[in-house]
Amino acid sequence: MNRLKLGLYWAASCGGCEIAVLDLDEKVLDIAEAAEIVFWPVALDFKYRDVETMADGSIDVCLFNGAIRNSEQEHIARLLRAKSKVLVAFGSCACFGGIPGLANVANRQQVFDRVYLSGPSTANQDGTMPRTVSQMPEGELILPEFYDTVSSLNQVVPVEYYLPGCPPPTDLIWRAVEAIVSGQLPPPGSVIASDKTLCDECKRERSQEKSVKEFKRLWQVVPDVTKCFLEQGLICHGPATRGGCGAKCIEANIPCRGCFGPAPEARDQGGKLLGAIASLIDSHDPKETARIVDQIPDRLGTFYRFVLPTSMLRRARL
Amino acid sequence: MTRKITIDPITRLEGHGKIDIFLDESGNVENAYLQVPELRGFERFCEGRPVEELPRITPKICGVCPAAHHMASSKAVDAVFHVEPPSAAKKLRELYYAAHYVHSHSAHFYALAGPDFVVGPQADPKERNILGVISKVGLEVGKEVIKHRAYAQQIQATLAGQATHPVWGLPGGVSKGLSEEERREIEEKARSCVEFAKFTLKVFDDFVLQNKAYLDLILGEVYRMTSYYMAVVDTYNRVNFYDGDIRVVDPEGTEVARFKPADYLHYIGEHVEPWTYLKFPYLKSIGWKGLVDGKDSGVYRVAPLARLNVADGMATPLAQEAYEQMFRTLSGKPVHATLANHWARVIELVYAAERLLELSQDPEITGDQVRTLPTEIPTDGVGAVEAPRGTLFHHYWTDEKGLVTRLNLIVATGNNKAALCLSIKRAAQALIKGGQVSEGVLNMVEIAFRAYDPCFGCATHFLPGQMPLLVRIYDESGTLIREIGRE
Amino acid sequence: MSERFEPQLIGFFCRWCSYQGADLAGTSRIKYPPNLVPIRVMCSGRVDPTFILKAFREGADGVLVAGCHPGDCHYGEGNYNMMKRYPLLAGLLSEFGIEPERLRLEWISASESEKVAAVVRELTETVRRLGPLNWRSTVVSLVEGRLA
Repeated sequence: MNRLKLGLYWAASCGGCEIAVLDLDEKVLDIAEAAEIVFWPVALDFKYRDVETMADGSIDVCLFNGAIRNSEQEHIARLLRAKSKVLVAFGSCACFGGIPGLANVANRQQVFDRVYLSGPSTANQDGTMPRTVSQMPEGELILPEFYDTVSSLNQVVPVEYYLPGCPPPTDLIWRAVEAIVSGQLPPPGSVIASDKTLCDECKRERSQEKSVKEFKRLWQVVPDVTKCFLEQGLICHGPATRGGCGAKCIEANIPCRGCFGPAPEARDQGGKLLGAIASLIDSHDPKETARIVDQIPDRLGTFYRFVLPTSMLRRARL
Repeated sequence: MTRKITIDPITRLEGHGKIDIFLDESGNVENAYLQVPELRGFERFCEGRPVEELPRITPKICGVCPAAHHMASSKAVDAVFHVEPPSAAKKLRELYYAAHYVHSHSAHFYALAGPDFVVGPQADPKERNILGVISKVGLEVGKEVIKHRAYAQQIQATLAGQATHPVWGLPGGVSKGLSEEERREIEEKARSCVEFAKFTLKVFDDFVLQNKAYLDLILGEVYRMTSYYMAVVDTYNRVNFYDGDIRVVDPEGTEVARFKPADYLHYIGEHVEPWTYLKFPYLKSIGWKGLVDGKDSGVYRVAPLARLNVADGMATPLAQEAYEQMFRTLSGKPVHATLANHWARVIELVYAAERLLELSQDPEITGDQVRTLPTEIPTDGVGAVEAPRGTLFHHYWTDEKGLVTRLNLIVATGNNKAALCLSIKRAAQALIKGGQVSEGVLNMVEIAFRAYDPCFGCATHFLPGQMPLLVRIYDESGTLIREIGRE
Repeated sequence: MSERFEPQLIGFFCRWCSYQGADLAGTSRIKYPPNLVPIRVMCSGRVDPTFILKAFREGADGVLVAGCHPGDCHYGEGNYNMMKRYPLLAGLLSEFGIEPERLRLEWISASESEKVAAVVRELTETVRRLGPLNWRSTVVSLVEGRLA
């Protein structure tokens, strides 16, 4: 039987998605039997040249995690798209930009200044900055170009499936693997998660009336473990976020921050959450309302925590 | 005559690494550069965020050791708010962190280091991987490895929400405590982990220490580097992963500094080079003297070997015994043999498992009080821990509303950047002569590198366990004249 | 001859009050700047925050949302929904680097035709002073240029 050709790659990522695959525990051995892993630079003998010489479409499925932050990552994304029949955006970074996407509040210059010049432990009187090409006494050294803006995978190349999560939970990974191996794939463009919001999975009590006179920060209170966070005045992304994660953060008594991306049908996760939060406010007075929402700091970084590059506005204007 | 050898990409490590080796006219190594071509900019985009969110943002720096960032960050936000967590919360954090070490160190040893020593550095590359290890030690053992790594992940998830990317730490404590039922489960798993750690020490003894060739490799000149060493230690100068002061010893083992994490800026500087995105931490009191080792260079090392060099002992009995045996065998402290990191790591695995069991039996661990609410205005604060790969500093400054105005991170493996460059250069210089590059060279360069466990050893060595390397040799005009690959 | 910047404005008007007011301004032949493109919605409460973000993304230099006076909403409290979104939106826009003055919320009744004209006049001048937003080219020049 012809084994499926499987590829895995990571762009601007943290490695958590790779660990998530390993957390399948013994099932990983099953994958190794059913599929021939032709490309996994962090594990196997991988050469960029080998991928370049593969015929287009010869990789059956490629699991691509990480956002696109620099020229090398963009190049490999395009290369893998050409060589793969099915490309899966694996994890929140590839799906939406993820946490690295928060860098869209800045640009390359600002990042470099902060990291290489003004850092308090950085000793750099010469103002040395990383360069794409460095002339050393012995020869030339090359680095990839760091872009001003972070992109999700589908902002660079077309993608067939999305497996969200930071990282994707093992049961959803296994669901995707089974679909791939059995050939019973959902329609292209599908998100392999729930088609309801997180609130549907959350076991906390919700009253019919929601009315908040005051929003609080997590450091200020010990949350009640039985009640909805929003009703307690604590920001939770549940209503704006796609479900399927098992609500693990909620069970740890911590509100959701939206790593599964926008709820189905919602084009902009932050806009949707803003609307949900506004509807909670118990006031008809504009001044009082303004005072109440003043207690919610950092709207951009909170409402768009995992999805800034794929939000409606995409990045901040500088 | 060949001039430049490029190894690109180096895979099986955190991010994308590149090595460029330059040869002089005689074909001997003039210099070797390790480039880290990746940067995401956490030190910029965490600005403006509410500081209490940082314990769940900063773990995204690394999905292999998110627990380390979560702990450093939680301690940093404690410091920012000038709040002390209740005793039960501190113990819960340390319990969680001990479980993380069990996962991280066991995965590294069996999947990364194991192949070099259990199967052998000169063995057939096709066998030098986790499957080869399993065939040598048996499938049952392989399953035990998977089982115990899973236990460690489950314990972390029970406590902190998820193993990869925990969410539980808050200023002044943690978001929820432990029930008696959960505690019992953890205790049972911890007991099993202690047996597993003891077994792992025995595996190391059987396959490495009883093998003269490996001992010679460990003690040889190719992998030796004299440097300063830095680690977190408790009040009795014993290794503690979660909390303590920072201690630095010189290449002869004499203490040259001991400071509270909050004072790190007086001691550590970071140097910048244009050819890599990763900065080079160094000791300010000595100064940056370039990529050289020895007592006159500010280069220092962190991680398991450094920790054992810096400490005066281990806080749990079995680990202490193993610690004493290691230094006896290697003839005293400090040990400069880079490959001894693998030994030190297994000793730490024993300590982590013992500590896990100890804390799971602590009467306070199921306590109700797991948060102290801050009452003071936030300003700035430092949290430092020992990550599996080295000392980790998180420093945050905020405005009076607790929004981050600035932050500074010195991250574990980053401390070893200079040492990594030196070790690679040394190995390359020792082994590449007259422009001749062989398969053996690839192994040996890899071995120098892998001992540092640069952050990604865990997930990477699952299948064929050697670092895939492609060595391209160009002549002076840039024409490719030879290519050596390894599967 | 120098080209004066003509702001592109989008206006969301509720069907029951403010749109009627705008119609009245038209039939009364009240003069006011042609810079605003009106969009009729059933209620100001229907204006999803995402509509406003999209308007800016697609080229609007300024956005007006006009609804019934508080207490007069045809659906009872729909306009309060918009009222409660407004401060959050203004703050969010500011964090994105969009001046919050580019977004304006007004309550306009069916008979207040002069108010429609005055508000559009004022918003046009405010945005003219702020200058073009040109979101696509601002963002695109940073993003897609690099990914070509």
